[in-house]
Amino acid sequence: MVKKNDCRRDDSCFGRERSLEIVEEVLKLSRADQTEVRLTGFQSSLTRYANSVIHQNVDEINARLSVKAYVGKKMGSVSTNRLDKESIAKTVERALELAELSPENPEFVSLPGPRPIPEAQCYFESTAAATPYDRADNVMEVIAEANKAGFQAAGAHSTGVNEIAVGNSLGVRAYGKSTSAELTCVIMSDEGSGYAQASSRDIANIDAAQVAEEAVRRCLVNKNQIAIEPGEYAVFLEPYAVAEMVSFLSSMGFSAVSYQEGRSFLCGKLGTEIVSPLINICDDGLDPRGAPFPFDGEGQPKSRVALVEQGVAKNLLYDSFAAFKEGKKESTGHYPRGMASNLFLYALPEDSVSQEELMSGVKRGILVTRFHYVRSVHTQKTIITGMTRDGTFLIEDGQVVSALKNLRFTESILNALRSTEGVGREQKLIGTSYSVVAPALRLGKFNFTGQAEH
Amino acid sequence: MDSILKIALDKARELGAEYADIRYVSSQTERISTRNGHVDSLGINSDSGYGVRVLFDGAWGFASRSDSAIAGKMMSAKDVQETTEEAVRIAKASRQSIKKPIALSPLDPVEGSWSAVPKKDPFEMKIEDKIEYLLDCERLMKKAAPVDLTYGSLVFFKETKDFLSTEGSCIRQEMVQSGGSIGAIARGVDEVQGRSYPAQFGGDFALKGWEHIEDLDFIGEAPRVAQEACELLKAPQCPSGAMDIILEGSQLALQIHESCGHAIELDRVLGMEAGYVGTSFLTLEKKGTFRYGSPVVNIVADATIPGGNGSFGYDDDGVPAQKFDVVKEGIFHNYLSSRETAGEIGEVSNGANRAVNWNRIPLIRMTNVNLEPGDYTLDEIIRDTDHGIYMDLNRSYSIDDRRYNFQFGTEIGWEIENGCVKGMVKNPTYTGNTPEFWNSCDAIASKDEWKVWGIPNCGKGEPGQAIRVGHGAAPARFRNVRVGVGRW
Repeated sequence: MVKKNDCRRDDSCFGRERSLEIVEEVLKLSRADQTEVRLTGFQSSLTRYANSVIHQNVDEINARLSVKAYVGKKMGSVSTNRLDKESIAKTVERALELAELSPENPEFVSLPGPRPIPEAQCYFESTAAATPYDRADNVMEVIAEANKAGFQAAGAHSTGVNEIAVGNSLGVRAYGKSTSAELTCVIMSDEGSGYAQASSRDIANIDAAQVAEEAVRRCLVNKNQIAIEPGEYAVFLEPYAVAEMVSFLSSMGFSAVSYQEGRSFLCGKLGTEIVSPLINICDDGLDPRGAPFPFDGEGQPKSRVALVEQGVAKNLLYDSFAAFKEGKKESTGHYPRGMASNLFLYALPEDSVSQEELMSGVKRGILVTRFHYVRSVHTQKTIITGMTRDGTFLIEDGQVVSALKNLRFTESILNALRSTEGVGREQKLIGTSYSVVAPALRLGKFNFTGQAEH
Repeated sequence: MDSILKIALDKARELGAEYADIRYVSSQTERISTRNGHVDSLGINSDSGYGVRVLFDGAWGFASRSDSAIAGKMMSAKDVQETTEEAVRIAKASRQSIKKPIALSPLDPVEGSWSAVPKKDPFEMKIEDKIEYLLDCERLMKKAAPVDLTYGSLVFFKETKDFLSTEGSCIRQEMVQSGGSIGAIARGVDEVQGRSYPAQFGGDFALKGWEHIEDLDFIGEAPRVAQEACELLKAPQCPSGAMDIILEGSQLALQIHESCGHAIELDRVLGMEAGYVGTSFLTLEKKGTFRYGSPVVNIVADATIPGGNGSFGYDDDGVPAQKFDVVKEGIFHNYLSSRETAGEIGEVSNGANRAVNWNRIPLIRMTNVNLEPGDYTLDEIIRDTDHGIYMDLNRSYSIDDRRYNFQFGTEIGWEIENGCVKGMVKNPTYTGNTPEFWNSCDAIASKDEWKVWGIPNCGKGEPGQAIRVGHGAAPARFRNVRVGVGRW
């Protein structure tokens, strides 16, 4: 009999000392004008289940060393996962060679200098110590809940440890270690399905029974679906759907790079009201309600950046390249390319309401559990398309009255958020490597353009 | 190399596994991207490692390690043994849930090798020449029209893969892949439009060398790309309503990909992807009888096309590459399968189980899934169309969790009236459901306009795998499709 803790491996991380030692070794080897080194190490495991059995179960230990060399304004970048001395030396030398071959990038100013790195609790021993048996136990709990209802279960349960060390020739030195745990769950009957998920840096916060219960509850109601004519409806979006929408919005234009290139939907709109005054959006790499991490891939500290305040577009997300290009002193800690990492959509406390109040305000509308296969149709108009999935319901007078066949929507996110009628008080964390914390939303108008067969 | 890899197989046998394989993969990627006339990024990435897959008591376990991940030393016999032990431990954790043991479909062991050798090895060329090629394209785009942003990218990838199994297979495969794209973005009042070439999302890829880039002729196409980006700013919005559409090759390749290629993956059909992107409407009882498309629709899966982006010698079960009918004269005939899934339905694998790298398990992936050519020319199809839109190059794609209801958008369209091109339209979109759409196909251009389009990054699975696939396609017409979706 294999004991559960036989699976634990303590050798899956470099640790602070060894990581920063490697960074120093690389910087010492480099003859470039400026050099940036990034060392990542990770151990990630994922247990996947379908048809109520574990059918895929995998584990990876890997590392990557990336070296960016600058000769004046010329840059070369080389990375490898071979970390023997010879490979490291070759990587450093090749980065310099590439930089020398590259034409100048006149927009490059400099790598960033050192700044103090704040504290953030992002590593939990409980997650790092999780074994395949721990993941299997959680999955078996989900399967047991599904079995009780006579349903099938499918999904994935992942755990992982990530560490990153960043250094550059201007004195940046940063090291951090984080953990992540996620459980997703689709419960299926012959008639319909239900979804739930949980994410946390601490696996102790993943309550498999609760996740399963939430998905089973949706699946129980999701039967005898009726077809509804596509068109414009009021919607109650569960946090899963809201999170997807806000992460798309972020990718369409909160990055300073896309703004500078004229591709952002925010071009010409900073300082103006773009959505309902009920809506606030920020990125806060330090907020523990999300999945925090204290610095970005350039070793620059993260902080709270208000993106939308009471409906007004306020700020953009910068990496050092974009910040220096505009003459700013420092980035907002969003390398690469102004990418958000810990997004929040929320209403001010006085503007937010309970889930029940939110629902009771829907006279006739559609409840969407989550979206599926969402894609951008027109970035500047923030138009996206996708399907509803795993629980779409008709609401009348604040009550779910019927399950609906899944619907296709084609809608501008800004238009949808302009019609916000209510924002939920309770928030849910979705994802850990790119996390969004979102409440439920009630929108006055949402455009459905097609229908699935199920 | 083989001797150290065999240690994994010996260890797996010693621990009681009924089957094990090990894949060692070593690769190098060179990426060059330019933006607005300068080098945006120039990088080389090298990567190597191995994955051990074991079947223990009817359940899978998989563990993978970069060959010098943590300790800074090269892969040792001890590392390989420990990794195999971990794979067995994982399989033991899996088995507590299984209802019936996995039984692989039979396979004769293979000792073989395969390689896709480029005519002009891009890794032997000077990097500065490749940079200059992209910068030349950008200069031509800027010169041709007042665009606001130009960009280009080239990606070259080479890989060596060794596969050994406890059944006695021992296979080495080597390949070089090349691809890239160029594009331009124009900005007007309240409108931004872009054009790119030759295909969406990174471009068109093939298991060829620099000769593939030369064939694509970015230099020759660059002025048109920029001019069309600017013209789109003034073009009217694509009309809405039911009308005929003609899809050019790269958009049709993505249509095949989403509505046929993913739908015929047998693991998806058996529910193994239900927790993620979903299942398939092509359920088992439809095999051999279901009218998937009109009689002109013939779809073939062919992993043997020289240079095809989805070609290989053997899949990652060790099954030789094959060619077979998927849809014949409109009737659905075959799934893409693996040894595990074929075994489950009492068939033999047709060799479509592939992993993107050493650190991922193989899943059923498309090979080159091709719509066979017809008899027309594109000009003939246009002349024969009363009212419709000719659509070129994908901008967005979305399909439901059974591969049934879809919606696509393209970069550009041209309205056709009475067999003539009336003018350019912007933001074209179309939507439909898979069997209805393919049953509305009534004209396909001939082999003269047919080519295999290479998609470099087809996504599937958890943890995610973005793998190379190919789709042969020539322009084709679909009748009475809903066009111009949404409010603009």
